Amino acid sequence: MTKASDIVVKTKQIVKKHGGDKSSLIAVLQDIQEAFNYLPKQALTTAAKTMNMPLSRVYEAATFYTAFSLKPRGENVVRICKGTACHVRGASALQDKFERTLGIKPGEMTPDGKFSLETVNCVGACALGPIVVINTEYHGQMTMNKVDKLIGKINEEGAQR
Amino acid sequence: MKEIPNIQARQVQDDLRINYGPNKKFITICAGTGCRAYGSLKVKEALEAEIKKQNMNVEVLATGCFGFCEKGPMVVVHPHKYFYHQVKVEDVPEIVSKTVANGEVISRLLYRHPDTKKTLFREEDLPFYKKQLRVVFGSNGMIDPTRIEDYLAIDGYQALGKALSEMTPEGVISEVKKAGLRGRGGGGFPTGVKWEGVRRAHGEPKYVIANGDEGDPGAYMDRSLMEGNPHSVIEGMIIGAYAVGAQDGYIYVRNEYPLAVMHLTMAIAAAREAGILGKNILGTDFSFDIHIKKGAGAFVCGESSALFASIEGRAGEPRAKYVHAVEKGLWDKPTVLNNVETWANVPLIINRGADWYASIGTEKSKGTKIFSLVGKIKNTGLIEVPMGTTLYEIIYDMGGGISNDRKFKAVQTGGPSGGCIPESLLDLPVDFDKLHEVGSMMGSGGMIVMDDRSCMVDVARYFLAFLQEESCGKCVPCREGIRRMSDILEDICAGKGKEGDIDLLENMSQAIIDGSLCALGGSAPNPVLSTIKYFREEYDAHIKDHRCPAGVCKALITYTIDPEKCTGCGLCIKVCPTQATSGEKKKPHTIDNDKCIRCGACIESCKFDAINVE
Amino acid sequence: MVNLIIDGKNITAEKDTMLLEAARAAGIAIPSLCAHEAVSRSGACRLCVVEIKKGNRTIIVTSCLYGVEEGLVVNTKSDRVLNVRRLVMELLLARCPESEVLQKLAKELGVEPQPRFVADQDKGKCILCRSCVRVCEEVVGVSAIGLFARGSHKTVGTPYNEKSDACIGCGACAYVCPTGHIEMLTTGDKRKIWGRTFKMQTCDTCGRYFAPVDQLKYISKKTGVPLKELAICMDCR
Repeated sequence: MTKASDIVVKTKQIVKKHGGDKSSLIAVLQDIQEAFNYLPKQALTTAAKTMNMPLSRVYEAATFYTAFSLKPRGENVVRICKGTACHVRGASALQDKFERTLGIKPGEMTPDGKFSLETVNCVGACALGPIVVINTEYHGQMTMNKVDKLIGKINEEGAQR
Repeated sequence: MKEIPNIQARQVQDDLRINYGPNKKFITICAGTGCRAYGSLKVKEALEAEIKKQNMNVEVLATGCFGFCEKGPMVVVHPHKYFYHQVKVEDVPEIVSKTVANGEVISRLLYRHPDTKKTLFREEDLPFYKKQLRVVFGSNGMIDPTRIEDYLAIDGYQALGKALSEMTPEGVISEVKKAGLRGRGGGGFPTGVKWEGVRRAHGEPKYVIANGDEGDPGAYMDRSLMEGNPHSVIEGMIIGAYAVGAQDGYIYVRNEYPLAVMHLTMAIAAAREAGILGKNILGTDFSFDIHIKKGAGAFVCGESSALFASIEGRAGEPRAKYVHAVEKGLWDKPTVLNNVETWANVPLIINRGADWYASIGTEKSKGTKIFSLVGKIKNTGLIEVPMGTTLYEIIYDMGGGISNDRKFKAVQTGGPSGGCIPESLLDLPVDFDKLHEVGSMMGSGGMIVMDDRSCMVDVARYFLAFLQEESCGKCVPCREGIRRMSDILEDICAGKGKEGDIDLLENMSQAIIDGSLCALGGSAPNPVLSTIKYFREEYDAHIKDHRCPAGVCKALITYTIDPEKCTGCGLCIKVCPTQATSGEKKKPHTIDNDKCIRCGACIESCKFDAINVE
Repeated sequence: MVNLIIDGKNITAEKDTMLLEAARAAGIAIPSLCAHEAVSRSGACRLCVVEIKKGNRTIIVTSCLYGVEEGLVVNTKSDRVLNVRRLVMELLLARCPESEVLQKLAKELGVEPQPRFVADQDKGKCILCRSCVRVCEEVVGVSAIGLFARGSHKTVGTPYNEKSDACIGCGACAYVCPTGHIEMLTTGDKRKIWGRTFKMQTCDTCGRYFAPVDQLKYISKKTGVPLKELAICMDCR
């Protein structure tokens, strides 16, 4: 757990890096999420204050864009591509398999904090569909059989890059 | 070749001509996101290591996307230009000792023609590439996108030099108008006319923006351009800024394209250093700079006013006011918003002339278009063809036909705003107006191919579910209307469809098209309307007979094991999550349909194709 | 002055007048829900749509945001327009089945609930018109509430659904809300709104409770007028 004071300090740094300009809000939120793996409440209130914006406006942007998570996310963020090409190649069945194996639904995190599940609407690697991205690693031509192996490997070897 | 003032371009070009001359040995390997996922960077490292081991001096270039994504990792050995596909790290020592050292070709790594079985040596021989006209995209395979020198070597920034030293802004606009370039993002609006509007508009400062949001799922042409040839986009934007009088530009890149963001960032920095961006470009009094803005996971931000809102730091809600971006766009100033591919076409037009450009394509749709060919197709990848090429040529000649030799059913174009095109219309020449006439649209260029195992009702359901998630939620017809249409389609796919549902969907569609605030809602009913138009029997089967003819909708199908084919190996029992399969060893197994959730795990595992879907 | 034709009637209107106002001034009824005189236009409900003819094209626009133009031909009751209004009402009735305002408007427009739309139970009476958010931002200036998330998950409220420090309890949002969705309970010396309880100020003259102390503090801060001088209700001024 990051200390509240650390969150405040880091957020102020991020706001300063982008010049404190109101139009940089989304870039600021992206950097905050990069730093903490989600958007802590403390970070949003600090950003609002430092950028001289109402909290409601910061919260509006934070909840509008699905790239942002207001809840802590797992070490391994599993993103299932739900693009049309992947859908046609069976992404739905794959999503069900991940939900069964990890025991969580999209937007949730496993109790041990190891995995979060998300869906994403096209990563642009359609030749490899159906594709799953875990943190920055792309896993193409995913099948249900490969899922168990992949999850097992991560559990053994620790977080993916 | 014109000399570009203020850069030592001629010297660089001369050096590079020596480096990349016709007899020079070098290797190119595709390093787009897709091939990286195949492990192409590991192959590159292995090549470099092996070359060093064998004491050779041969450069290995990680280039932009080659387009033939089905067959990655792809390696081309120059000067012979032997095209190797599906290259593994294990193949590397042989490639270096045989091909690089002696020009000996390795048969097993060459592409084999699926019909004649002949091995084909070079890119231009492959059926995938033969009918393409890769004037925009072709450069990808020749350059390292992280080096501006490579771009200069292929005559990069010549067009900019020509525009700044020989043409007036009005002259540039005139040339782009004459070429007949139309927006490649989906709108198809004449680019030159848009630029003229901004030039004439009142308001300072003016902006030019590249729309790199590429939200249509299944479309990734812009990704490959931004990753593989970022300077082509930048050059286009600088020329455009000169033409309309803008000092600042933005490239709005989708959040899901980290490599594109990285390459664009590097390219902008290199261009600034070379005096091509920033103050007094190439020694003239024209100043212009570009900034990158990342999206954050919102399809609606591909819509112009929503994109502006996002750059302005707000939620990406489109603007309800009736005013064009050309008059009041970003920060209510005159703005040119063009798609990435549109910008990449501009240097071509300036370099080779409007007449050359207008000689390609059809009467009202000039030039080429890059399409992404994905789905149930053998040769998945990116192709660039002259407008007017037929769907048949694209899907069969270049695409190689349907994967697993199944039957073609439909091709979906234009993403969630477009429609499905059935077999009867395969001879359709692809251009803006022809696609519109049959109830679809070009969109950004995604072509999703479907076979007899794709359910068209499920496709409509999928698109509505997608749009429901992506709707900004501001206006009632889109936010509430799409949701209700989506609910009805979920019902139909679950066997709960009611008599009158199709009429209701059609009625709602017209009101949603007319009443929505922006084009997301305004075009949302299209996939539904076009699938009803061409595949009504499938809808009827779902609603009246509770049947899914394609065998997709889980609630309407059953899995059964064919006792003739089943060997009783037990694999399906192992993978079944609900213990629905059972049976003794070496005896035919059975599936309990009450327990079966139709997840498909057994079908995936069965080596004997013994499980039937009804 | 601008000359145009609405529903066959020759109308003259001042430049920059919206079609909605121009029509209503001429006695032509156009329904609307999200347009409120106190705040900027939203264009969210789409009820006020009309059909306009420009050259040889006809397009559907919201009359609240489309300005009068010389020679414009407007139809406020074409089939396409009535179709949109009907669908919007059906959708809103399904979203907010308990709203009396919507039921009354639907009756006036001759629209019945669409049985195929399963009525929502969790949306209250909110039609997401954004009037409350706009009044809080544009008129009051504290932006205590907003519209969060997107699509069918969009909701109105305070960040994190928690008590807002920025809220001054003025009730402007409840005042502009067309359906009465926003709950404000004022009893004696207390006002409850958006999950917070505000202490009310008594008028120095008549002794009635008339405004939250926080609201007066805010006005005092903004205008520089001392709090004591603000403690007089509107009637007594």
